[in-house]
Amino acid sequence: MSGSRQFVSGDEAVALAVRLIKPHVIAAYPITPQTIVVERLSDFVEDGSLRSEYMHVESEHSALAACMGASAVGARTFTATSSQGLLYMVECLHYASGSRFPIVMMNANRSLAAPWSIFGDQRDSLSQLDCGWLQVYAEDAQESLDLMLQAYRIAEDASVLTPVMVNLDGFVLTHTYEVVEVPEATDVNRYLPPYKPTVKMDFEKPISMSISAGPLWHTEFRLQQQQAALHAREVIHAAEAEFEAVFGRHYNGLVEEYRCEDAEVVLATLGSVAGTVRLVVDELREGGTKVGLLKLRWLRPFPVEEVASIGERVKALGVLEKNISFGYEGSVYSEVNSAIVRNRNVPATINFVAGLAGRDITREDLIGMFNILQEAARGEKTDRVIFSQTRWG
Amino acid sequence: MKRTLQFYDRPQRIEDFPVGPHFRSGHLVEISAGMRTFRPVINSTKCRKCMVCFLICPDGAICREAGGVTVDYDFCKGCGLCAHECKFGAISMRKEGE
Repeated sequence: MSGSRQFVSGDEAVALAVRLIKPHVIAAYPITPQTIVVERLSDFVEDGSLRSEYMHVESEHSALAACMGASAVGARTFTATSSQGLLYMVECLHYASGSRFPIVMMNANRSLAAPWSIFGDQRDSLSQLDCGWLQVYAEDAQESLDLMLQAYRIAEDASVLTPVMVNLDGFVLTHTYEVVEVPEATDVNRYLPPYKPTVKMDFEKPISMSISAGPLWHTEFRLQQQQAALHAREVIHAAEAEFEAVFGRHYNGLVEEYRCEDAEVVLATLGSVAGTVRLVVDELREGGTKVGLLKLRWLRPFPVEEVASIGERVKALGVLEKNISFGYEGSVYSEVNSAIVRNRNVPATINFVAGLAGRDITREDLIGMFNILQEAARGEKTDRVIFSQTRWG
Repeated sequence: MKRTLQFYDRPQRIEDFPVGPHFRSGHLVEISAGMRTFRPVINSTKCRKCMVCFLICPDGAICREAGGVTVDYDFCKGCGLCAHECKFGAISMRKEGE
């Protein structure tokens, strides 16, 4: 497993990362569009290139429960899921984060039933922002691979000990191919030393884990979780700096600003569509419009300061998400608004709901969004939440 | 019945809380029989060593030994399942202190 350039899909990039990360236990249940990840890992275990205990479980609930058990005895663990499978895990999601098990999970972002669809949107993971896991969204396969390595470092940091969910857009990212730099095993070993748990089940020093805590003690455990999740922000920056030192690739922290320096209008989004927005920003910039992209990478911890800073500088801020919280607006839009509400300058904000169940977000769609944002920047009244791609236009 | 009581320091600050809700196991390891009002007594001449009691004891408090089975009274809660399940009437429940 020497360092190499390989032509792989997003799913395969994750599987190659996991082989380098060497979890002791992998417990997963296959679900489209995550399936290729666990198929490849199963192949690696079969051919001996990955010496993990691969547990075939009967459900996603069991997959995460098995990871919790393994994590409790000090094992490094991995699981992967998507959509309905993530929802089936929900009880365990909270149990894992509350127990402070540093499990890392890949989630292939996929729509939720009903109506049933296997295609991509972000309604699965965004419905789980409150489950106590750190959440990060990848733009491409290289970032997916790199985030997997960083996720373990962050989750297992003794000052964080919080599980991490690495999200890849279903199909757009999981099933498309690109050239990916797969690092040297020796470099990965240097970047990610074996997990040394501070607390684990031990016959010599028996402890009771995931105990009850009622009104007298519960709040403090929650405060502790909140402090660790907020502190993860610093650990993410440190993990990225060390990553650049070892592998040479640079990441920007919780968000990436693209051509935002003098922008009057910025579109914030997350996941693979950031790549398309980047191209549209370049095109509009050539025409002389001052537009930019704010790529939200981590949603937990939320980039409050970064978003507030953008809000201070622009006239209109759009939020594009493949998600809607019925009866209100997209959850990411709520979060962005909340981050800028204490600003001196609060720009006009608009929520664009698009890309539901795999509907492609095109260059034309994005140009339309920037046009509406420019109207808002000029002070014109716009709708607050816009379903950008309805069939009747 | 031997009994060990342990007292723990209560957390005074957030830093005193364990990372993740866990605690050094106390009673279950030391002794867990304080709640017992009736205790099972095995009549070894009636016992046929079928091991049903060993299998069904919810606390693993029945031990296999060369001559048959014995009860670990440090862990037996006195639920009486073994006496109920024994097909040979070899286990009787006796009130504690009698």
